Amino acid sequence: MNAIVEQTLRSATISVLVENESGVLARVIGLFSGRGYNIDSLTVAPVEDDRRKSRITIVTTGTELVIDQIKAQLDRLVPVYRVSDLSREGPHLARELALIKVIGQNQNRAEALRLADAFRARVIDATTESFVFELTGATDKLDAFLDLMRPLGLAEVSRTGVAAIARGVRTI
Amino acid sequence: MNALNTTAVSGAETLLRALRAQGVDVIFGYPGGAVLPIYDALFQQNAIRHILVRHEQAAVHAAEGYARSTGKTGVVLVTSGPGATNAVTGLLDALMDSIPLVCLTGQVPTHLIGNDAFQEADTTGITRQATKHNYLVKRSEDLSRIVHEAFYVARTGRPGPVLVDLPKDILINPAPYDEPATGPHRSYRPQTEPDPARIAEAIRLIKAARRPILYTGGGIINAGPEASELLREFARLTGAPVTSTLMGLGAFPAANPAFLGMLGMHGTYEANLAMHGCDVMVNLGARFDDRVTGRLNAFSPGSKKIHVDIDPANINKNVVVDVPIIADATLALRALIDAWKSDATRQDRGALADWWARIETWRAKDCLKFTQSFEPGATIKPQHAIQRLWELTRDRETYITTEVGQHQMWAAQHYRFEHPNRWMTSGGLGTMGYGLPAAMGTQLAHPDALVIDIAGEASILMNIQEMGTLAQYRLPVKIFILNNEYMGMVRQWQELLHGSRYSESYSAALPDFVKLAESFHAVGLRANTIDDLDRVIMDMIASDQPVIADIHVDRFENCFPMIPSGAAHNDMILGPEHEQEARDITDEGLVLV
Repeated sequence: MNAIVEQTLRSATISVLVENESGVLARVIGLFSGRGYNIDSLTVAPVEDDRRKSRITIVTTGTELVIDQIKAQLDRLVPVYRVSDLSREGPHLARELALIKVIGQNQNRAEALRLADAFRARVIDATTESFVFELTGATDKLDAFLDLMRPLGLAEVSRTGVAAIARGVRTI
Repeated sequence: MNALNTTAVSGAETLLRALRAQGVDVIFGYPGGAVLPIYDALFQQNAIRHILVRHEQAAVHAAEGYARSTGKTGVVLVTSGPGATNAVTGLLDALMDSIPLVCLTGQVPTHLIGNDAFQEADTTGITRQATKHNYLVKRSEDLSRIVHEAFYVARTGRPGPVLVDLPKDILINPAPYDEPATGPHRSYRPQTEPDPARIAEAIRLIKAARRPILYTGGGIINAGPEASELLREFARLTGAPVTSTLMGLGAFPAANPAFLGMLGMHGTYEANLAMHGCDVMVNLGARFDDRVTGRLNAFSPGSKKIHVDIDPANINKNVVVDVPIIADATLALRALIDAWKSDATRQDRGALADWWARIETWRAKDCLKFTQSFEPGATIKPQHAIQRLWELTRDRETYITTEVGQHQMWAAQHYRFEHPNRWMTSGGLGTMGYGLPAAMGTQLAHPDALVIDIAGEASILMNIQEMGTLAQYRLPVKIFILNNEYMGMVRQWQELLHGSRYSESYSAALPDFVKLAESFHAVGLRANTIDDLDRVIMDMIASDQPVIADIHVDRFENCFPMIPSGAAHNDMILGPEHEQEARDITDEGLVLV
């Protein structure tokens, strides 16, 4: 069989362990934009004590073949140590954090607070007219909470993007 | 800034020491403010020769010609800003065609980076997608390590261009020298050894094949001359026909009866139909480029595909394969040959004979045929010019480079290569202006060989300034221009796809190439008709000077066979010598290049 066999799109969470050198993030982003791949979310931070290695977590969408291409293209970058497709290699955990500002009065305020409690969002700032909630969880949980806040005065959101890790003893 | 104590060695000197340790004997470059310390250090030594080009793009193509004709890593030295940006086309050309290069660029001093200083460019930013890897040296103690690493990355795995950006203060300040590292790189570990299980699987398929074909590419050339030898042996063992991409020509001898010629858009009828009709395809060091596959969903629909490639990203990129083998071509071929010999399964030789019988009927079509009139005053057919060039140079050590366009395809079709590393052309990027500088680099590496740039009258003007370099270094490169007064391939596509509206493809106001040659201290020759052709070629070969041979050819000749955009291998247009059915190019095909 030739060409694209499988057209079904899937979401992939890919962890990339890279040398922490200047330009490495630009290389990864340039690869995605240059080859027309999607980036749904991207996070990066140094992860080793000596700060020599960084971990990039990318959430992307594509057909199985495109995701294989993305992994192969990432893997051949010189400063890349390892590429791990967490969504393929077994169960994994993915979390992101959001800071959410809600501005409102009276009933809306009380309702926002009740929902925040149900979602285990913490209030980290409050004025008579506003709250800032801190919420950690899977992407769909954050999305659901934001949907609920929208009619209650959602004013501003800052999200970290996804950090992810494999369950159990498996490491990158 | 460190005090310059008398024993300290400058960054520029440390750089040259690292280059010498990497076996560099020649650099192609052009000076400027940011690299003056390197030029000063070059002036005070003799181990490394510097070739002064006339434009930085030409420095890169010259280094490509040098690299491709020797198997060594080519080295380029240019200044900051425009020096670096002029080199970008060459870098991308080398990236697409997997040519090992190290490009050294000057940069403004570290304290000025980001200030829009004079001749400042974000060189690592601009070249990130045009190189295999690049470095900005920010600390003197990293300099020699980075230079060594650049050579390692350039020549290992899938070869490619690596750029090292050198701020001027790093070149002036003292820099310690470290020997090349031994042992593996921290993060970069290309796989070169094939997986034995995959090799066994491949051999099972090939042994059982009734209609096998070997489809070989530039990876065989890059793997070194041994890979070409092994390919010959593997072809002999399997009895399979061999076709080659543009980049792979010469890896398998054109004179071998198993060779079907080049495949793809301007490939032979027999090669493309054999690709279409095979049942097992063995891709050795090629990448299923769109010029080769034609319409993907009609590409060799009935075959099992084995793909040997050193770059894992080439696997399943364009064509989904059954047996991927990530390996260096030499190691893969060695393993395939060993596995073939130790597998007792017998081939179906009868089926193979039937397959060859079919191939011979395709070959009998003689798809490259053309009619050359020998009446006095007859117009020269471009195919005939290449054929005569081949016949009159085949007994010499000849290296051919090309520009890009019709002349390039005619050269690939009608010049017959028996050895690897003799054919230098811009395949992936299709860079007009490649051939003359590439010929310079080739001639420099092979001073006694005959080096010919087969050119078009439009392409040659893109780097014509390099005539000055030929004169300065007495490089007797021969420039063989197939002059049809058109950007021929553009004109051909306009004729076939755009209703013969020849928009901007006429080469108006051409120079007198004979006088142009003479003004650059070279020899100018011209052939107007068939009566002049052989004499001009022989005079050109006999000259120990650089020569421009301006060969006036049929202005409206098209390059056939041709697989039109968006068509399949079995949907080829043959030349006017053959019966034609009318055919329409689909809208889908029209958007393809």
